[in-house]
Amino acid sequence: MVAVLKAVEEQGTVYHVKPGGAGQALAVEEFCLWYGAKQALFDVTMAVEKGLVTALIGPSGCGKSTLLRSLNRMNDLIDGLRIGGRIAFGGADIYAPDCDVIALRKRMGMVFQKPNPFPMSIYENVIYPLRVDGINDRRMLAETAERALRGSALWEEVKDRLHESALGLSGGQQQRLCIARAIAGDPEVLLMDEPCSALDPVATSKIEELIEELAGHYTIVIVTHNMQQAARVSDNTAFMYLGKLIEYGETETVFTTPKLEKTQEYVTGRFG
Amino acid sequence: MTAQHIVRSYDEELKRLTNAIVEMGGSAESQLDQAIQAVAKRDSELAGRVVRNDSAIDQLEEVVQSQTVRLLALRQPVARDLRDILAAIKIASDIERIGDLAANIAKRAIALNQSAPVRPVAAVPRMGRLAQQAIKDVIDAYVEHDARKAIAVWQRDDDLDDLTSSLFRELLTYMMEDPRSISPCAHLLFIAKNIERIGDHATNIAETVHFLVIGQRPASARPKGDTSSYEVVEPPPDSGGAPEGRGDR
Repeated sequence: MVAVLKAVEEQGTVYHVKPGGAGQALAVEEFCLWYGAKQALFDVTMAVEKGLVTALIGPSGCGKSTLLRSLNRMNDLIDGLRIGGRIAFGGADIYAPDCDVIALRKRMGMVFQKPNPFPMSIYENVIYPLRVDGINDRRMLAETAERALRGSALWEEVKDRLHESALGLSGGQQQRLCIARAIAGDPEVLLMDEPCSALDPVATSKIEELIEELAGHYTIVIVTHNMQQAARVSDNTAFMYLGKLIEYGETETVFTTPKLEKTQEYVTGRFG
Repeated sequence: MTAQHIVRSYDEELKRLTNAIVEMGGSAESQLDQAIQAVAKRDSELAGRVVRNDSAIDQLEEVVQSQTVRLLALRQPVARDLRDILAAIKIASDIERIGDLAANIAKRAIALNQSAPVRPVAAVPRMGRLAQQAIKDVIDAYVEHDARKAIAVWQRDDDLDDLTSSLFRELLTYMMEDPRSISPCAHLLFIAKNIERIGDHATNIAETVHFLVIGQRPASARPKGDTSSYEVVEPPPDSGGAPEGRGDR
């Protein structure tokens, strides 16, 4: 273990990132994170390109979910959490003392591993972000609901039953509902933490199709255990191992001719 | 070479694929060897055997193809695994062509034996040895994942091209001197061309091995050494040009 860590440390991250042409949405700089005494992230430096899909891959415990959750400060509530380094969103340090965390999270929609619709109607689920903001204009709410449900490719399936309970939807539909809820608040970034791992292959394909459609409008960061999925949906892929960013670059290169042997071994299923 | 897959049967399937390619390469090499011997020793029986054995290589190619389809469908290979499998399909098809060309040499050996021996036959075994060595080395390079060895085969193909060009000139001259030799010499021309084509397939395989190991085709285009496509031999002024229907056999 120590030997592997040393080797990774000496290597440093290898970058060959495909630029999106629209600048950087997020800039992670020498970011470190400790859960109590245990360090989970080591000097991660990576820029997330605006409008592109960035996938985080790596074996369990490599720190990819931790990194994703650091991007909108979802880790804040964990006891004994310490960080070092910097994460900038739109140029501003999100860990600065004056950062408004609620406002930050509104600008970043999040989709989780398991669909988590609220126990209310489909309609109320989608417009929940607007309700929180105290918006009650019926027309605006209805328009937002339709836009978000169309955006998440769910509209045609639910337009006649908007006021039925969201819990009656299938797993795949629930997940698309959660994506609709995430984009209803018009965020800049969508964070997805293994959004398809609880879904069947057809529902997974629908979500992947959706990710392709949403890219461009939103910057998407997705954590996935499914490497083929990362290969299919993302523009850039970051491979993490033991809390370090090993290789970060164009997805096509990562899955055809990765620069590092370690990456090659992981993507071809030789360790993990 | 590298670490093992977590799923061991995946490694075994890839190994089987490599073995099938090696077996094909070995068969092609021996088919070429026997075809050349059939030409050199005027052995029509041996030539007949070579023609009949060609189907064995074709069958191996089908095995490789069904294995690659299976691997692609079931394993969704990426990176070097993917190149491994793509390389296997390409190499198998090159070897299959080599087998066809060797069989064609054998067929022409049978035709050659119908007429009197002609002197330029002497150059064929030397060309055959070069081509055979190229097949052997390139299959070794494939098994060892040795891009440098592959490039060496690629560069050596020039020698075979030079021999083809010079045999071509020699045959043209020979045919002009003695129209009765036109029929065997025409077969020899095709035999030389077939060997030269076998060399080209070996260089194709070399390029595939390079792609397999490095992830790219070799950087520079290989200089084409075979100039027989541009070759012209003028008849000597005193021989009166075209034969006037006197020796058409």
